[in-house]
Amino acid sequence: MPDATGLELVAQRVRDALDDDAVVDTSFAYGAATLEVSPARARDVLEHLKAHDAEPYDLLMSLHGCDYLPEEPRLGVHYQLLSMARRERLGVKARLTTEQPRMPTVTDLFPTADFQEREVYDFFGVIFEGHPDPRRILMPEDYEGHPQRRDFPIGGEPVLFTFNEHELPRWYD
Amino acid sequence: MEVIRSKVDRAPEDFRSRQLRAQQMLRGDLDGTDLEEYVEQRLLLTKFEDAQNWARKNAIWPLGFGLACCAIEMITVIGSPRNDLARFGAEVIRFSPRQADMLILSGRVSIKMAPVIRRIYDQMLEPKWVISMGACASSAGMFNNYALVAGADKFLPVDVYVPGCPPRPEALIYGIMKLQDKITNDSGLGWRERHKAEGTGEVGGGHA
Repeated sequence: MPDATGLELVAQRVRDALDDDAVVDTSFAYGAATLEVSPARARDVLEHLKAHDAEPYDLLMSLHGCDYLPEEPRLGVHYQLLSMARRERLGVKARLTTEQPRMPTVTDLFPTADFQEREVYDFFGVIFEGHPDPRRILMPEDYEGHPQRRDFPIGGEPVLFTFNEHELPRWYD
Repeated sequence: MEVIRSKVDRAPEDFRSRQLRAQQMLRGDLDGTDLEEYVEQRLLLTKFEDAQNWARKNAIWPLGFGLACCAIEMITVIGSPRNDLARFGAEVIRFSPRQADMLILSGRVSIKMAPVIRRIYDQMLEPKWVISMGACASSAGMFNNYALVAGADKFLPVDVYVPGCPPRPEALIYGIMKLQDKITNDSGLGWRERHKAEGTGEVGGGHA
């Protein structure tokens, strides 16, 4: 893990190599270092961290989505990077709005991102531009909506309990 | 099953004398009342349908098909000598739906899996039965959400529901025995007749 100072150094190296807008913010919490990047530059940042940085991170351990509903921008895409040589981990986070949930794919850098980007698209509706096979992966192909968004209805059926049995119409049938 | 046994009531003979009488019968040495008695003792009269149902209910071959965690429990019921489902003739797992008689829905049914299960059910030959094992297959159980079908009976005719999460092995065995009782009465019917679903076949798809 880079510590808080190391994280600032990483952020500064990324800013020097790309530009100042690439890294929006840094956060260091509970021993985990995270770079927050602008979604359009996420691929450039990851490419720099993988191949060109002084302390490179060669593995993408996980790519996942998140919905921070009351906050704006709502959606988040998280990348967890690992350096096998230095045994260091680094998080990279991008925040997107539901109006423009688009960001570049990283499947050419990390092949493991293929299925995980499909999963994020399936559940959160984030569109990864340039993905070789942008289909749903877990839900049926004709499914409508992105069910892990927090404003998606839970679905299922009302369950009959004693406290709500009179609210359900014709429960006694 | 209604069985009409011979009315001859006599003390049980020992094995040796029965063997001797069988020997005599085969040699043609028995005749008259002796022969009639012999035949009456060894006859068992019943209706053909009853015999057929008796055969069917004691050879319910389940399909080797698991959905979720209940499948592990199902395997221990069907496959383990501790529970010994061979007592009820239902231990022969068939991995082809063409050879199976019973589908045990063991676990939660996702909306993506439902058409697959339905196709497997349609591929099974009549007569066929379905046991819905556990809370999830019967009513989605604790998963009341977007991904699951709340109750497999929305797309399949289910004969026996076994509650539990997962059911005890005894509960599933009891469910299979309940199914045996059901087969005793009306195994000759197809599932459409049994579940009063005539006329629900696909248009132009034959009477599958």
